[in-house]
Amino acid sequence: MLTKKLIRGVGLAAVSAIAISGGAAQAQDATKQDTIKIAVAAFLSGGAAGPFGVPGRNGAELVIDAINAGKLPAPYAAKGFGGATAEGIFFDESGGATKQVAEYRNLVQKRGVNVVIGYVGSGNCIALSPVADELKTLTIFSTCGTPRIFEESPRSYVFRSMSHATADNIAAAHYVADKFPNLKGYTGINQNYSWGQDSWRDFDLTLQTRNSSAKASEKLQFPKIFAGQYGTEISALSLDKSELVHSSFWGGDLEAFVIQGGARGLFKKKTAVLTVGGAASYRLGKRMPDNIILGDRGPYGILVRDRKTALNTWFINAFKDRYGTYPSGPAYHYAQSILATKVAYDKAAASAGMAPTQEQVVAALKGATFESFSTTVDMALGNGHQAITEAAYGITRYNNEAGEPALTDVKFFPAKCVMPPDGVTSVDWIKGGMKGATCS
Amino acid sequence: METFITNLLNGLQYSSYLVIVSVGLTIIFGVMKILNVAHGSFYAWGAYTSAFFIGKFSDMGWPDAFGFVIIFASAIAVGLVLGFIIERGLLRFMYGRDEVVIILATFGLFLVLEDVILLVFGVDPYFAYQPMAYLESVEVGGITRDVYGLSLILVSTLVAAGCWYGLNRTKWGNILKAVIFDREMSVSMGINVPMVYTVTFIGGTALGALGGAYIAPTVSVAPGLGGEVIVLSFAVVVIGGMGSIPGALIGSILIGLLRAISVHEFPQIELFVIFAVMAVVLVFRPEGLFAPAKVRKI
Repeated sequence: MLTKKLIRGVGLAAVSAIAISGGAAQAQDATKQDTIKIAVAAFLSGGAAGPFGVPGRNGAELVIDAINAGKLPAPYAAKGFGGATAEGIFFDESGGATKQVAEYRNLVQKRGVNVVIGYVGSGNCIALSPVADELKTLTIFSTCGTPRIFEESPRSYVFRSMSHATADNIAAAHYVADKFPNLKGYTGINQNYSWGQDSWRDFDLTLQTRNSSAKASEKLQFPKIFAGQYGTEISALSLDKSELVHSSFWGGDLEAFVIQGGARGLFKKKTAVLTVGGAASYRLGKRMPDNIILGDRGPYGILVRDRKTALNTWFINAFKDRYGTYPSGPAYHYAQSILATKVAYDKAAASAGMAPTQEQVVAALKGATFESFSTTVDMALGNGHQAITEAAYGITRYNNEAGEPALTDVKFFPAKCVMPPDGVTSVDWIKGGMKGATCS
Repeated sequence: METFITNLLNGLQYSSYLVIVSVGLTIIFGVMKILNVAHGSFYAWGAYTSAFFIGKFSDMGWPDAFGFVIIFASAIAVGLVLGFIIERGLLRFMYGRDEVVIILATFGLFLVLEDVILLVFGVDPYFAYQPMAYLESVEVGGITRDVYGLSLILVSTLVAAGCWYGLNRTKWGNILKAVIFDREMSVSMGINVPMVYTVTFIGGTALGALGGAYIAPTVSVAPGLGGEVIVLSFAVVVIGGMGSIPGALIGSILIGLLRAISVHEFPQIELFVIFAVMAVVLVFRPEGLFAPAKVRKI
């Protein structure tokens, strides 16, 4: 009898203690959030890991650590995300959209992640957008390019902290039209999925708007993604009468194409526009031929190496010190998403006077404008969820003295020159003659 | 004429790449009745090993031409090490089991080997351009071609000729044919069948690795390299007939030439053409164009 009473008493005491401690923890959550969890999705395996995933992951890691330690330059010198320290959880984006949706649910529902950032694959971003809204979790896409995310339906918890792919190709077409006003013909080699096909479409439509006398080749190349062998395509491009080749190749495909095309003299015969070439420039080094028109999905990587702002100088130096190489475009993309998270948390915490809720953080980021490492980010489209930034292109010219890749003739295009106004889809905007574009 | 020469060379070059890899796959199937999904990993291991050592020796100041020694040494090393470990450590326990079980086992092996590549070599791609740079370029049919790419045709011809000679003109070839024809009878005639299996698997692995090692200087050697090649190799082997070396040769040439023509003339059907050929062959000759005759056992 005594034993039974003792057990009952101990049990009651234990339950009460748990209830009290839980309540105390909840009360503490409401006033002060010590830690937030930021999950970072990046390709850590597969062909995109080296050129995209690892630099992206490193960019995120560097900036999370710096923010936690209060080491970012002004105006981001305050420690933490709204005062909270962030714990970065890095995971592999490989495996397809189904796996990523399952992983996302796992991170949010079981591991209590507060923010998810990253993603390079457009298919992953499209699949995750409705899930993020369903789970009411702040999600900031770093790199994926498809315009469809906010053009097809409005999003509540989903943001993208850089311009979408339309900007890359409109800017490329502007650059080509400005540099080669007498261009007679152009062709393209792009991967055979939405990224490659959309990239070509935007480039082609814009170039037709700028220079209708230039004719697109009828024999466009759309090899399978990750094909790796482009000997036949390079022959076809070499025999094509077009003077210019457009490509949105990325990752290992891009590097293989540059290596094989370089050995075949393709880039001596044709002018190439590589819209994502910047991501490979440091890795290929001297093997990246001269005179290639190079982009890096915006004003990032090699295109902004000479921008001497405090934030950019800090980012380049800190990245080089820690990882032994210059930050490429994806490092900037991911770092920018982390910065967007800080901007949102700081603003929401300041206005709430306590640990902000998801809704307050989301509201703080919506329509925000902030200075990032290399450019100004304006969440101007998609009802304040889609960023617009400048776009940039330059021409490769290896610097033999410094022993490093470099660019000449770098040109920046204002955000409102290369991104459509809010409420207009990219294709309609280009087809309609890009009305309202402000290019100077 | 220019277009004809270009198509011919492009087709043969692409065929050569397929021949080297698919011959290894078909030899393993012909002798051991193993549909080896892990063959793509052998290709990737060959590419990684070769790229890694070409880079290392180049950094140490060795001449670019030494890269060719590394390519062949890498293929042999991967064949000996991986082939031996996998055959002795895993596959010998699978002989006689259902084909589906073996496919699943080799698929599992493929995944494991892909991850081991990540552990050993990391996620950063490797570049091993030195052998390609050494051979420079020539003008053929109005366009510039890298001699290294053309040399692939020579290498695959030597591989095919070597396989033919080995099978038809040597004692070892007779033993191999006896095992293919009837394993039990071969055992009763005193042939050491387990050793034949081991040697065959090592040879097949080395051929898969040679494909990767030779291609390495022309690509960015990155994770996932083996996935693409295994799909193409299966298409070649299905078209040519599983287990047939002449079949693999003809299948490769057929795919290579048709692909080259489609890329030049109808690029929009390039992806379709390989599998269209495979589908047509499967409809009219499901066993493949050159499937070896099967013994009817009573």
